Amino acid sequence: MDNIQQTQLEIPLVMGQPLEKLPDDLFIPPNAFELCLETFSGPMDLLLYLIKKENINILDLNVADITNQYIEYIELMDALKFELAGEYLVMAATLAEIKSRMLLPKPQSEEDELDPRGELIRRLQEYQRFKIASENMAILPRVDRDYYIASAGLPKFEEKTESLNLNPNDLRDIFQEILKRPDLKSSHQVAFEELSTQDKIDFILKILTKRNIVGFYKTLQKKEGKQGVAVSLLASLELAKDGLIELIQSEDNEIYIKSNNRSFN
Amino acid sequence: MNNKIINSIEALLFGAGRPLRLSEIKGLLEIDLGELELSSIKIALNSLEERYQNSSIELKEVASGYRLQVKQEFSNCLSSLWNDKSQKISKSLMETISIIAYKQPVTRGDIEEIRGVNVSTQTVRNLLERDWVKVSGYRDVPGRPALYSTTPNFLNDFNLKKINELPDLPETEEIDEEFKLQAI
Repeated sequence: MDNIQQTQLEIPLVMGQPLEKLPDDLFIPPNAFELCLETFSGPMDLLLYLIKKENINILDLNVADITNQYIEYIELMDALKFELAGEYLVMAATLAEIKSRMLLPKPQSEEDELDPRGELIRRLQEYQRFKIASENMAILPRVDRDYYIASAGLPKFEEKTESLNLNPNDLRDIFQEILKRPDLKSSHQVAFEELSTQDKIDFILKILTKRNIVGFYKTLQKKEGKQGVAVSLLASLELAKDGLIELIQSEDNEIYIKSNNRSFN
Repeated sequence: MNNKIINSIEALLFGAGRPLRLSEIKGLLEIDLGELELSSIKIALNSLEERYQNSSIELKEVASGYRLQVKQEFSNCLSSLWNDKSQKISKSLMETISIIAYKQPVTRGDIEEIRGVNVSTQTVRNLLERDWVKVSGYRDVPGRPALYSTTPNFLNDFNLKKINELPDLPETEEIDEEFKLQAI
């Protein structure tokens, strides 16, 4: 009950102060402000700070005043081109909403209408619990800060396997043996391409100096077989990529190679 | 013989560099010393504890078992040696881990609800990398968000044996109904 009586004394006092007095108390040099802002972990933290600065209980939250202060802070952040986190704006909007709802006259009929501050106060209280809990936890003795794990160097372990008894001659023998090993393996044979894509490209370009368009099948030679088809295709794709030719497919599925430029050699 | 057990336990704890469970200690000693009673190991641990009373180290039981650690009164000597290694823990990381510790299992959304800020992926990753939290399941709601809980290693690092050894969570002050109805 003490609290409530205090509230009744305090609230008119806070409210009674002319509004233009607020900015004085809010002025913080920009650099200090930036530093100060980094210490807040979020909008709830900032709000709690503002409430504490007013030296009032969360339950006695005067939304109108706090909203003004909060918005002053947000404006300062904005003026400093501080990258504003969306959460701060959401909180500002929430505060403004509560403030405006409280300014509206209360309908007489609905007696049990809840104080619009209720939800905000509930969230602030919940946040405050964990803020305090996290501060308590931060001072708990912690490994690598307050305690260090004790350890000692390990003794030389007894060899479980028999050690190898080698003399320089053994080493030489082993080395020689290794040198012989590659002879036992055949090396991988790489077959060279019989048909070169570059040759085929030259061949296609040569045809295209005589005529502007040529059927794809005209670039094939029977003796080259399947591989020839593949190489011709690669060659024409290569030329198309470089923009020298255009590949056209007619309705009867025949592919034509069309020169893009008549003057190449 | 008794002294042999005490010294062997000491050797194990010094050599392991991590907490060892009672059953682990028993199993390891038996390889060398033959079958042992659990009670004799407990007695040996007590003697070990006494042995360190006048030294800089102590025997401590944490969540993952017993370990030897440097007493807190000597942390000042060591802190400058290790300062680079133990990075500072930010306020928001501390808030996040405390919410997980007291309300586990929780989703990221639960944490955001209380803190009123987005919980960054980096924060969660940091806690996972420290092995302070783990994903303990998924909540059966759309999106199946991951549920986070603390790990034994979290307790080890905070020198605790059980989660209920954490300081009590502050109580919420009751909102007075009378006050609720008061206009400005």
